[in-house]
Amino acid sequence: MSAVDLTQFHKTFFEESREGLDAMEAALLALDSGATDHELVHTIFRAAHSIKGGAATFGFADVAAFTHVAESLLEEVRSERRAVDAGLIEVLLCSVDCMRAMLERSSQGQPVADAESEALRVELVQLVSGEVAAPVVAAASMVAPVSGWNIAFTALPHLLQTGNDPLRLFRELQQLGRLEVVRAFITDSAPAQLAELDPSQCYLGWELRLHGAVARAEIDAVFDWLDGDCELAIAPLAEVAVAGPVAQAAGESLPVATAAPRPIRETAAASGEGSSIRVGIDKVDALINMMGELVITQSMLSDIGEKFELSQLGRLRDGLVQLERTTRELQESVMRIRMLPIGSVFNRFPRLVHDLERKLDKRVKLELHGEHTELDKTVLEKIGDPLVHLVRNAIDHGLESPAQRKAAGKSETGTLKLNAYHEGGNIVVQISDDGAGLNHAAIVAKAQQRGLIAAGQELSDAEVAELIFQPGFSTAAQATDLSGRGVGMDVVRRNVRDLGGSVGVRSVSGKGSTFTITLPLTLAIIDGLVTAVGSERYIVPLTSIVESLRLRADAVRRIAGGGEVFHFRDEYLPIMRLHRAFACNDAVTDIEHGIVVVIEEDGRRVGLLVDDLLGQQQAVVKSLEAHYQRVQGISGATILSDGSVALIVDVGGVVRLGQRSKAA
Amino acid sequence: MYEDKQAAAPSQQLTFSLADEEYGVDILAVREIRSWTRVTRIPQTPDYVLGVLNLRGAIVPIMDLRLRFGLQRESYGDDTVVIIVAIGERLFGIVVDAVSDVVDIDPAAIKPVPDMGAVVDTRYLKGLATYAERMVMLLDVEKLMRPEDVETLDAALPAIQEVEVAA
Repeated sequence: MSAVDLTQFHKTFFEESREGLDAMEAALLALDSGATDHELVHTIFRAAHSIKGGAATFGFADVAAFTHVAESLLEEVRSERRAVDAGLIEVLLCSVDCMRAMLERSSQGQPVADAESEALRVELVQLVSGEVAAPVVAAASMVAPVSGWNIAFTALPHLLQTGNDPLRLFRELQQLGRLEVVRAFITDSAPAQLAELDPSQCYLGWELRLHGAVARAEIDAVFDWLDGDCELAIAPLAEVAVAGPVAQAAGESLPVATAAPRPIRETAAASGEGSSIRVGIDKVDALINMMGELVITQSMLSDIGEKFELSQLGRLRDGLVQLERTTRELQESVMRIRMLPIGSVFNRFPRLVHDLERKLDKRVKLELHGEHTELDKTVLEKIGDPLVHLVRNAIDHGLESPAQRKAAGKSETGTLKLNAYHEGGNIVVQISDDGAGLNHAAIVAKAQQRGLIAAGQELSDAEVAELIFQPGFSTAAQATDLSGRGVGMDVVRRNVRDLGGSVGVRSVSGKGSTFTITLPLTLAIIDGLVTAVGSERYIVPLTSIVESLRLRADAVRRIAGGGEVFHFRDEYLPIMRLHRAFACNDAVTDIEHGIVVVIEEDGRRVGLLVDDLLGQQQAVVKSLEAHYQRVQGISGATILSDGSVALIVDVGGVVRLGQRSKAA
Repeated sequence: MYEDKQAAAPSQQLTFSLADEEYGVDILAVREIRSWTRVTRIPQTPDYVLGVLNLRGAIVPIMDLRLRFGLQRESYGDDTVVIIVAIGERLFGIVVDAVSDVVDIDPAAIKPVPDMGAVVDTRYLKGLATYAERMVMLLDVEKLMRPEDVETLDAALPAIQEVEVAA
């Protein structure tokens, strides 16, 4: 018999374990925030149990050994022999981290156990055996008098299909004590006719009695894998009157396990950020519907085309309108497949906030809103780090210590709000705190010291806020002597900008600050303005266009060095001749005959000289890098309706190009 | 991958002419041959990159081999041929004068390119082969698509980064 190659299942094991750890972490944090849900404890236990089982099966002995100890500790919590307190949750959270690290190392084939995991394991062992010794005695005195249990176990029809075997369960129960079958019965779901009997379904139920001093948890462990596959009621044997309080406790916690879905699993599934996407069946159905519409429209159009007469012009036009609408809907549906809820990114923040609270000795209440707001997968993957940065900053620099807050007349617990919502064609993510706000004086002082602004220069609030995004403002050493913000804010802005978005800040001294990130819904399609430069077509993203205007020749001033500027809404803007930047021939060189498109990037405005505006178009962005390389000033290409290629102007790149040529 | 196949069996080469000389490109790298269509010029690129065209939704750069080899530019007409070649997943097109034939070449018969000094640019050639008493110059497509300015830039990159950090 050839051995089964287990390595093929490793990837699945690691994926599932990661999801399990996420679920554990989420449940632990929920427990920490005061929820005393029995189901939460069960979730944590089940996750640990599965990881242990998997690790042992696949030969990751170190992981299994570690998880075993953690599980033992959890077992005590589950059987209510150990109270849940902050310290315990801290230890368990550390264990989750440790298991995650161990799994990571296992998946890379590195040695799994290290000093840290060993130390933590020892700590766990001590917790399980030593410190808890006294409570064990107490618990034992409560549990021991139970002389047995009544177990009502009714299989749901699909029980056998999940790989469970009642016989095996009974054998396991027998190992715990003497098992007596009081009654076995056929459930109502059984078919009336023998011919209709489906041998793969289970129609049986049992009333069992287990005699002996067996802990409730041991029975739970036997039925652990049957969650959702059976109806289960476990109660102590009635004649044990001594166990009054225990019976009551057990009665309360009677977890009649039904097929109720576990919400935690759902969130864990949503956080999958691999290279594959799980798509809801409704989205696929919507696509198929749209496809059907398209086929109908197509047949209608070809019908008209086959024997076309002028009298049918109206019908043709109707058909085309319908085609356009269906195509657009189809496009939106396809795009929606790439959309994932931002909740998968938000999910990591409860833990981060929890850790930072401890580390910085602050009290923070985290509020998450709009977790279901969906955005493009690519954007989602890249927005995590900037958000972490902003959250960290908000807690580190934004929120004051409990004492300071009390002195300022605020509640000692600071509030950090994360909110995501749609606005126009954009996704807006806001991180707001009710802390001290930006410290203007300190920022200005720092900026002067760094030579970013001249001494004595008066700055508006917006200008001061803008300063923190300056690259010069960002080293760790400065952050400590500067009570405002500024750790790597330029990096945050750069990351967001790479995603085609923007980030800004609004701050009220003493009331808090709000960082707002605006992101495009998707990177794959943009609304663009088609412009002509010579014989070439360039597409300018609509979102960065402020205004398009025709200039009179005398409106253009030359400044020293040959640069051209014009007056626009109280400021002088440089003119950037696109034909010069892109070296186009036969373009309009006379500003009076061309059109100036004012574009904006990060508050910097530039007038872009083009020959003409040809119209607005949705452009499917194609990468130049796929087959060629990055080109400065160009963010990608798209295909026009005539099949030719048009390049998309990278507004930020063009603005920078302009500055370089000005500096040169 | 491409090299391996070349070494193993007799390789088939697609031959084409360019300025009265005969060149060959491994048939396994050739995706398709098409006639010249107008391309969209890309700014800030070397002159031999003529631009990009839409190849069934992919944006594919097109290179003029004459310009790449420092030869005189010919005018493009209906006879001008574009050979689309692939290196891994990346596609690009080369403009040649005319496509001639597909020939079998014994790898053993491929001779190294003699060192011509600085007179002739031979770095884009993999070797020389003889077929029907004609000499065929075998192209190294991979090197073709690595523009020299990229090579220069790569060499200069560490220095540039240092400057940025210092600033």
